[in-house]
Amino acid sequence: MNEINNFDPGIAKVRCNKFRKRILEVSQQVQALHIGSAYSCTEIVDAIYFELMRHDYKGQSQDTFLMSKGHGCMIQYVILEELGLLSKQDLDLYCKPEGRLGCHPDYGNPGVAASTGALGHGLSMALGIAYAEKTRGTDGVVYCVISDGEVQEGSTWEATMMASSLAVSNLVVFMDNNDFQSLGRTSVTHPSFYPVVEKYLAFGWDAVQVDGHNSKAICEAVKARKGDRPLMVVCKTTKGRGISYMENVPIWHYRSPSPTEFQQALQELQAELQ
Amino acid sequence: MRNTFSQTLYECAKADPRIYIVVADISPAGSMAKFQTEYPERFINVGVAEQLMIGMAAGLALKGCRPFAYTIATFSLYRPFEMVRNDLGYQNLPVTVVGMGAGVIYSTLGGTHHSMEDIAIAGSIPNMQILAPCDPLEAIDATRHCATQDKGPIYLRIGKAGEPRLTENALEPFVFGKLRYLRKGNEVCILSYGVIMKKAIELADILQAKGQSVSVISCHTMKPLDRVGIETALRGHKKVIVIEEHVPQGGLAPQTKQIAWDIQAKCELYTFSLKDEFIHNYGSHDDLLAAHGISVPKILSAI
Repeated sequence: MNEINNFDPGIAKVRCNKFRKRILEVSQQVQALHIGSAYSCTEIVDAIYFELMRHDYKGQSQDTFLMSKGHGCMIQYVILEELGLLSKQDLDLYCKPEGRLGCHPDYGNPGVAASTGALGHGLSMALGIAYAEKTRGTDGVVYCVISDGEVQEGSTWEATMMASSLAVSNLVVFMDNNDFQSLGRTSVTHPSFYPVVEKYLAFGWDAVQVDGHNSKAICEAVKARKGDRPLMVVCKTTKGRGISYMENVPIWHYRSPSPTEFQQALQELQAELQ
Repeated sequence: MRNTFSQTLYECAKADPRIYIVVADISPAGSMAKFQTEYPERFINVGVAEQLMIGMAAGLALKGCRPFAYTIATFSLYRPFEMVRNDLGYQNLPVTVVGMGAGVIYSTLGGTHHSMEDIAIAGSIPNMQILAPCDPLEAIDATRHCATQDKGPIYLRIGKAGEPRLTENALEPFVFGKLRYLRKGNEVCILSYGVIMKKAIELADILQAKGQSVSVISCHTMKPLDRVGIETALRGHKKVIVIEEHVPQGGLAPQTKQIAWDIQAKCELYTFSLKDEFIHNYGSHDDLLAAHGISVPKILSAI
């Protein structure tokens, strides 16, 4: 185990840059792929796969990753491609009739723990998986990424209350707190959602806020957890992170860059590493 | 029937550690309480949180468990509908959603506690299977089937308490996906399912006392429906009567009519369903059924 767990913040930065470029590449095959949502949680999902989850040499893991904000799944797809669980062809056929990957993760595809896309489902399923791991003694840890908009779903709070009541300590949740949803800023529509961390502490969770684009901070937050209860890592993120014209601009929730925009984005990503 | 279901599930769960019971704040009737005491880790009360009940059951099933999600029918199916559809149906997970006290059994609790459309709603979800046993004995077979199958989600529609035994002398055993003849004749055929079967038996007794040859069939598997069995019943009787505790849309009545049309059946076909309306009556279960137009005298005068 842990053969690919060679995490290093510098290497993580290079890897995340590579993943953003790959997503950008795929974006040119389709009209839309939720690029802003994937860029928002790139460092989070990268840290989960390359530092937190335990893998064997084939990329298989005893731990579970569940992308509750299913629309951000491009980052998961490109990581699964990197791990060899998905092929280049799988990505080439993204959203095509002969392909198997769509805009939301589908259970049954390699590396996909559950079908998500409808918001507010993932945390309950993650809790069920974590509870099964705990009570059956199989020792798996469940890592789940939710969005901040998703927390408006009542079902998310049902699972939040229950996870700490059951003291499910093998559940680690990351909130991609980018302050954006389809119809604007979350902080404008739901100011009472803040402060966030305190709410989870009040619900009996371990909770902490980190810079969601700082891979080291993400990993350290998880490693420093109490370990006797579920953990919520509230990740302060920027939607569309990495591309100047995408950052905090709502249309990039969904659409793909034009060829000109693609070139500019590519140049910006190349410049990031220089 | 509820207690028989609980006892059977208790026995199944004792033998199979993969069985978990996830309930939404419903009092553990009968052996359910015993299970809760003996296997607390496998009995989860999520509270008044039905979406979580289904989602958590899905998560358990994703790790190889065989969960039962259990509460009053309207809360197990309607409230968490998208979870039932996506988490269970779309992912095709072996979770049993138990709809207890289905139909208008909760006759004094009002329309908020009735589930008159559950067969149509559950049946419209791809991969979903439906079982609706007619008496406590059939509930044993149905529960055992749910506890041992791996093929996907099942909606198990059960009654509440005090249902009579109707299948002690059934001519055939319970077989998933097959009609079950409780009585066999060649003139009149009564097709029914669930606890309203007691009306079918009552009707059959009267018709037989008048000298008619009557079949009574339990259509316990409402999905997949035994189409061939219904074709045979339509061809083999002069008169076919469908009685169901369900609105006219999406239940056994319209499906039987469709099959009758498809095969150009020659028999007379009468269907008795709940009205397509919310009624605001109270009283006994029989009172509610009568308010919906279903009583043995009414059926007798209509056929």
